[in-house]
Amino acid sequence: MTPGEPLIRWDWIVSHLDEVVLRLGEHLLLTGIAVSVGFVIAFALALLSLRWPWTYGPATWTTGVLYTIPSLALFALLIPFTGLTLLTAEIGLVGYTLLILLRNIVGGIRSVPADATEAATGMGYTAWQTLWRVQLPLALPVIIAGLRVATITTIGLVTVTALIGQGGLGYFILLGIQRFFSTPLLLGAFLSVALAVAADGLLVLAQRALTPWTRVRS
Amino acid sequence: MEVLSAVAAWFTDPAHWQGEDGIPIRVLEHVQLSGSAVAIAVCIALPAGLYLGHTGRGGFVAINIANLGRALPSLALIALGLVASIALGLGLGFWPTLFALVPLALPPILTNTFIAVRAVDRDTVEAARGMGLRESQILRQVELPLALPLILGGVRTASVNVVATATLGALVAGGALGRYIVDGLALQEYDRLLAGAILVALLAVLTEAGFGILARKARYSGNAVE
Repeated sequence: MTPGEPLIRWDWIVSHLDEVVLRLGEHLLLTGIAVSVGFVIAFALALLSLRWPWTYGPATWTTGVLYTIPSLALFALLIPFTGLTLLTAEIGLVGYTLLILLRNIVGGIRSVPADATEAATGMGYTAWQTLWRVQLPLALPVIIAGLRVATITTIGLVTVTALIGQGGLGYFILLGIQRFFSTPLLLGAFLSVALAVAADGLLVLAQRALTPWTRVRS
Repeated sequence: MEVLSAVAAWFTDPAHWQGEDGIPIRVLEHVQLSGSAVAIAVCIALPAGLYLGHTGRGGFVAINIANLGRALPSLALIALGLVASIALGLGLGFWPTLFALVPLALPPILTNTFIAVRAVDRDTVEAARGMGLRESQILRQVELPLALPLILGGVRTASVNVVATATLGALVAGGALGRYIVDGLALQEYDRLLAGAILVALLAVLTEAGFGILARKARYSGNAVE
């Protein structure tokens, strides 16, 4: 950004390839932990909501408030208690995935045609078997749609965790802002978008592989 | 608990309510910055969404732009805003943040407007056409009022995102409430950090709730795309 300096200095990127790999790995790890822990919690909340429907309202309200609180503010609220740690980052990141995942898991299961569940009951399936063998497979497209949104959102949010010292691709962006150096800044921005697009593509492929019957229609 | 009483002390200190770095000024800066960004985004995305929705063209773009917008991390937007602002000679602070916030606000408004207009009952539009209304009249007098609740949902999503991301403007020497968080982090002053976080969170929740009331007044029905 200083005059006379090119927007991207390729030699800088080449000489920092080790670090690029390191930050990419951190970014993937932070995202992976957040989405998997978030999914487990959201799944438990969803089961609770299906068993006792009155719990769905309070669950979506609470996760909705969590979702509304800006990420930097949420991290800042946690720092006095959990410090500049991975735990602080993950509490925040997991918190953001919950609303999207919960809505899609419950919505997906509720949208399963009653005919299908009744047929399962007629065939002697228990409620648990119906859930695992009929409702969840049929709800998979909606659940994976939620996973896609949660994953993309998390990859974006992970860049912010660089501010609380947790690395990831946000590290390059911050470095660029602090040193007024456009190369790492653009590199960090580009890689995080590329990562989001790649992760989204992988989830689309996973959905196709897991739900072959959806391709027959349309 | 020690931290909480420190935060309470921070809020009750009269020095924190005056001057350039006082709470009223910082809140005002935050609201001005967010308001400008959302207003600009509405001026661009609303006409575009109405046109695309009315003609039914460009649906693929209108819908997928929302997904693209989600993939752009807010910190990256701030960084890109900084590059653009420096290139244009507009410096630090307000402008790079505004450049980051407008593209952030565009996708939800555009997508929701498009979907909202498409969702208007085609029979109603045909009836209006049969009654001799011009296309522009149909758009303004039939489609826009019917689509309004869903459009407001899009503006709400955009506003909440913008209020949240305006916090990051402090990283590029902007004012607003992010100042307290970024300075609190840098100086390890946890009372200031926490106070800033509480103020930003409150503003975001109030924005969400405010639009909720507005949407109910516009006969909210259906869900916004987020």
